[in-house]
Amino acid sequence: MDVKSTKNYLYWLFCQFELITCSYLMEPWEKVLFYTFNLTLVLTLFYTTYIFVSVQLSSALHFLWPFPGPQHGNPSSVVK
Amino acid sequence: VNHIVHNGGLYKRPFNEAFEETPMLVAVLTYVGYGVLTLFGYLRDFMRQWKIEKCQNATEREEQKDFVPLYQDFENFYNRNLYMRIRDSWNRPICSVPGARVDMMERVSHDYNWTFTYTGRVIKDIINMGSYNYLGFAQNAGVCQEAAAKVLSQYGAGVCSTRQEMGNLDKHEELEKLVARFLGVESAMAYGMGFATNSMNIPALVGKGCLILSDELNHASLVLGARLSGATIRIFKHNNMQSLEKLLKDAIVHGQPRTRRPWKKILILVEGIYSMEGSIVRLPEVIALKKKYKTYLYLDEAHSIGALGPSGRGVVDYFGLNPEDVDVMMGTFTKSFGAAGGYIGGKKELIDYLRTYSHSAVYATSMSPPVMEQIITSIKCIMGEDGTTVGRARVQQLAENTRYFRRRLKEMGFIIYGNEDSPVVPLMLYMPAKIGAFGREMLKRNIGVVVVGFPATPIIESRARFCLSAAHTKEMLDTALKEVNEVGDLLQLKYSRHRLVPLLDRPFDETTYEETED
Repeated sequence: MDVKSTKNYLYWLFCQFELITCSYLMEPWEKVLFYTFNLTLVLTLFYTTYIFVSVQLSSALHFLWPFPGPQHGNPSSVVK
Repeated sequence: VNHIVHNGGLYKRPFNEAFEETPMLVAVLTYVGYGVLTLFGYLRDFMRQWKIEKCQNATEREEQKDFVPLYQDFENFYNRNLYMRIRDSWNRPICSVPGARVDMMERVSHDYNWTFTYTGRVIKDIINMGSYNYLGFAQNAGVCQEAAAKVLSQYGAGVCSTRQEMGNLDKHEELEKLVARFLGVESAMAYGMGFATNSMNIPALVGKGCLILSDELNHASLVLGARLSGATIRIFKHNNMQSLEKLLKDAIVHGQPRTRRPWKKILILVEGIYSMEGSIVRLPEVIALKKKYKTYLYLDEAHSIGALGPSGRGVVDYFGLNPEDVDVMMGTFTKSFGAAGGYIGGKKELIDYLRTYSHSAVYATSMSPPVMEQIITSIKCIMGEDGTTVGRARVQQLAENTRYFRRRLKEMGFIIYGNEDSPVVPLMLYMPAKIGAFGREMLKRNIGVVVVGFPATPIIESRARFCLSAAHTKEMLDTALKEVNEVGDLLQLKYSRHRLVPLLDRPFDETTYEETED
């Protein structure tokens, strides 16, 4: 059962994360606080990556190949 | 690769000692773990101060809040925020003789280790890898126990006096003559407590105007004795003979700090086996240095007496040296002899002086007779004077167990510190959560280990310490190794990259003094 071994492996990885960041030792409310903080940090990181990297990437492409195909609506026009 | 030291013929056998370097990633992650716990510690302290959470640790009373704060230093912070979380790995109550297998009382905590309650169940037959039972004399049946019981019915348990007053029994004389014969010295004296032997006798030997050169990782009893004496203390790097020689040269050349007078006495304090590192002192080199610079040597064989050497006579026997070269041989009866107490051996004038001037002789109660009989019987067993070869067999069994256990652990990929022949095996854990996890997981699998963290070790180098015993059979060791392997895979403890730090064996000069590794 590949699903079971993948699940076991993911659970083992989660245990390693718990051990390294010492959330294994925390009380449940501390764990909730810690995971919320971490998740918020990671989501903010992804959001920032999505906004800024896509802008940089499309402006870089326009710089390198100034005559692309059909014009797309530029999402950066929102950000001024 | 074996790092074999052949130092101009001083060593008759290879000296294999290794301390693998901490992997950089592991060190960084350990700091991350400690950082997270420190932040949460500050949060909890804030909540306790603003009464959001109930304060269960010791604090000052309301009237004393404006006084000098008592609990604000790092040690107390560490105690209430980090140590409390993993406290269930220590002070575990055992309820049987601490032999190769031990029974333990089960306890649970409902408020995260602030208080414990006993469930009433006794966990039976836990493999004991934590007791200092090197030759397996911690028994409640057998020759030693019968002799001790006979003496108990003859002399009773208490002595009710100090050695100098009415507490000098004929058993004390018998014990001291036997210990002197066992060690190969002229005379010996026995005390009731090993810690007190060190801390009360070093002040009697040195005083102001003397110099003490003590190893970096010496035990608290040696450090306390050195500080109580009032002598100047200088520290040399652990087992590093170049560092020691530099300090000796400086001491002889420059003398005392302000007046430049020569030092009255220079005493080198070393231990036979260092119990946190598992390393053995480089005794041939220390003795060569001692003779060259005309200093005195104090050797603390707390862990090595009985455990090293072909006939169990300690680190002097292990290296094949002359016991008369060591000026003061100190040791304890706690570890290999299954009793309690300490001894000091040396020349007759020295011991006679200590009988009069040692604090321990004047003020401490003498050793209890059944304890002394246990020591006498076990020493006779080790020497072979009781007519059997049990003692010799035990010493050999311990050496075999040591080599086997260390080899297997290294093959599995753990980082093990120390010398190949030392029965103390520290296994590095590094991360704080793994300290608690290792202790708990091993107990679930019925093996009792001792885990050590700050402040007994440097803060990132926490470890689990296995103490091997002649009472462990090969099956027990195999079971233990299997479980350690399992737990090592579960907790990802196999950090070793088989890259050993080469021992500093090249000629020493000023520019290489500060380096300990390339």
